[in-house]
Amino acid sequence: MTFDFLDQIPKFVVLGVGVLAFLLVVLGVLYVGNIVPHRPKSLTAGLVFLIPTLVLVSIGLVVPAIRTTVLSLGDSRGEGFVGLDNYVWIFTDPQILGVVRNSALWVVLVPLVATAVGLVYAVIIDQTRLEKLAKTLVFLPMAISFVGAAIIWKFVYDYKQIGDQIGLLNQFMVWLFGEGATQHWLTMPFWNNLFLIAVMVWIQAGFATVVLSAAIKGVPSEIIEAARLDGVNAWQMFWKVTVPSIRPAIIVVLVTMSIASLKLFDIVRTMTGGRNGTSVLAYEMYAQSFPGQQTGRGAALAVVLFLLVIPIVVYQVRNLRQRKEVR
Amino acid sequence: MARTTLARVSAPCAVPGPDDYPRTVPPRTPMAGADEERSGLMTIQRRRRFAALTGAGMCAAMVVTACGAPSEDSGLSEEELDCATYEEFGDFTEEKPAVSIYTPITDAEGDAFEQAWAPFVECTGIQIQYEGSNDFEAQIEVRVTGGDAPDIAFFPQPGLMARYKDDMVPASDALAERAAAGWSEDWLQYGTFDGTLYAQPMSANLKSLVWYSPKLFKDNGYTVPETWDDLIKLSDTIAADLAGTEGAKPWCAGIDSGEATGWPVTDWVEDMMLREHGGDVYDQWVSHELPFNDSKVADAVDKAGSILKNEDYMNGGYGDVGSMTGVSFEEGGLPILDGTCALHRQASFYSAQWPDGTEVGPEGDVFAFYLPGNTADDKPLLGGGEFVAAFREAEEVDAVRQYLASGLFANARMKTGAWASAHADADPANAADPMMQLTVELFHDEGAEFRFDASDLMPGHVGSDSFFDEMTQWINGKSTGDALDAIEETWES
Repeated sequence: MTFDFLDQIPKFVVLGVGVLAFLLVVLGVLYVGNIVPHRPKSLTAGLVFLIPTLVLVSIGLVVPAIRTTVLSLGDSRGEGFVGLDNYVWIFTDPQILGVVRNSALWVVLVPLVATAVGLVYAVIIDQTRLEKLAKTLVFLPMAISFVGAAIIWKFVYDYKQIGDQIGLLNQFMVWLFGEGATQHWLTMPFWNNLFLIAVMVWIQAGFATVVLSAAIKGVPSEIIEAARLDGVNAWQMFWKVTVPSIRPAIIVVLVTMSIASLKLFDIVRTMTGGRNGTSVLAYEMYAQSFPGQQTGRGAALAVVLFLLVIPIVVYQVRNLRQRKEVR
Repeated sequence: MARTTLARVSAPCAVPGPDDYPRTVPPRTPMAGADEERSGLMTIQRRRRFAALTGAGMCAAMVVTACGAPSEDSGLSEEELDCATYEEFGDFTEEKPAVSIYTPITDAEGDAFEQAWAPFVECTGIQIQYEGSNDFEAQIEVRVTGGDAPDIAFFPQPGLMARYKDDMVPASDALAERAAAGWSEDWLQYGTFDGTLYAQPMSANLKSLVWYSPKLFKDNGYTVPETWDDLIKLSDTIAADLAGTEGAKPWCAGIDSGEATGWPVTDWVEDMMLREHGGDVYDQWVSHELPFNDSKVADAVDKAGSILKNEDYMNGGYGDVGSMTGVSFEEGGLPILDGTCALHRQASFYSAQWPDGTEVGPEGDVFAFYLPGNTADDKPLLGGGEFVAAFREAEEVDAVRQYLASGLFANARMKTGAWASAHADADPANAADPMMQLTVELFHDEGAEFRFDASDLMPGHVGSDSFFDEMTQWINGKSTGDALDAIEETWES
């Protein structure tokens, strides 16, 4: 398809109008904020800045959330009223129970393993000569989109029954254990979930490393010296000094990853399409709503996902507040 | 958009001045009661504009002598470029109304549509705004329920389309007449709801095909089978001949397709339903009057299994029967090229999967034959196609719908790119390649009984979920009975 710039002009005009409108709104808000009395903690000044945000949040989040909840009580076309049938279905249908189990597996394993790997890695590379390089290497996967990473790993897990393996993992199996040891990894029930989780860990470990490494550097040297004087060994230093000192950072990493794992969609869609028992809640929500044309069920899954994220977010907000009070 | 297309059509020749070619566009008769002077002026303008386009058409005719790059040409005939041809669709040149078309067809295939209807746009004045999206199935829901429906949408799945029948505009009498002249009842039934035609068919693709290597057949003296029994005999012969070659089997298949993994198996089953029980039972199966775990369905599945799950036949070039779940459908038939597989049942659109340089044709590297019926006279055809649905009631929308239902459009579109139609006036000679020609010919066959791909007609959570999934598990060893019971259960829930 040839790209004709002239043909695209209408789109650029729309873009220009949009950007201009945005600037005008921002300027308008700032202007109004400027002319109203702005004593510290003044209610009016606060409202001027809050109202646009509230309007946007309600259009973008609150209204859709309410609509989704209403849809979740309806039938496959999103009409009628079927009560809690869709929720009953989620928690009784064996296939969907498997999906819920998979999501639980992701939420437990991804944060734990990725944080553990990141923490250990950060401690090991701390203060070494190649620290910067080591950090860069482990952080690189973060720069790849989930879909890109999933495609890379799909090749790693590739399986050929006849001929040369093009999958890295199976080629290692051939080198280590011979021809007969190759496996079709992505179709092995239950274990295939772990192979998908490994991809997410690969992506997220870099994030954990960078955040935790920064936190480790922030541990006051007085504490470390005091501990040294008391004669701790490396093990005690790690568990009794480093980990408690960087606890807030660890929690941030765990919480961020839990939410990301709950919402995970791309890896499953790209690598298995939810086949062979690998579907997760966020993917199933899409699969039911669009290819399956079961609007009610899809909406119910969305609501369940939303409810599951809430406690994590509440915990995180509370945590932040407590830390503020301490300060 | 039409502007680019026209520019490209006329690109190979320096666009000739209006007077360089004889005018094939007759001056339009001024409309009764219209302002004489103004309509006279308009006629000239239209003639000038159109002469350039006709010039491009002449260029197509004189390609060898004067103009280069024939591939850049739309290849439309002079008649198809002549405005007189389009008078029956009305004249909107004054208002130039816009009609938006939203489709799942993108890139080069989408461009080919625009090339085909460029003269229609030019002559009638209707501005067709074409938008192709890879995310059509999900987006159409958003657009229709969100009150932003396109004027016209091309639906590849009648089942999906039926969801929106309350929003759709029924066909006008003239359109219904045109559609009835163009397509058989087999086709029209999928665009008809409650006895009223809403959407006429457009493109057609054929799934009841077996890909093979004409060279291999010639070298070994194999002949194209005409009945199911011949096909099995041929498979046995090939199996015996290939016994010495490592990894070679007569059939090959790949059913991995991401979230749609398993669909090639469902196509097999649908083909067998048609062959074993005919169109009426097939329709009952699709509408769930026949339970999914009925013994008739089981018979069809087992018949598919006599090839698909036969270790002597499957899976050439890839391993055993189970290996097909790990082979993408795109790669499924490729072992035909290296001789480790001889037969691959896949739709006409598999043409696009062969690597560059593969010659597709009856004398080429690969070609396809009709997957035979039980007897040589039965010709059940499993296939698919797009249907033209409209969401706005207006004269110009009706004019576009009528045009899309005409043989004129079908033939023009066949010339601008690989495409086939089951339209009665579609001339196989206009097809872009031998595969499309075979497709059109089979659809025109006297004994042809067409049925739409069942998995696209069933409710989404069955047709594109449990049917795919259970058939994948069936390949992996699940019994026919268990798999069908599981599908039936999801349909009832």
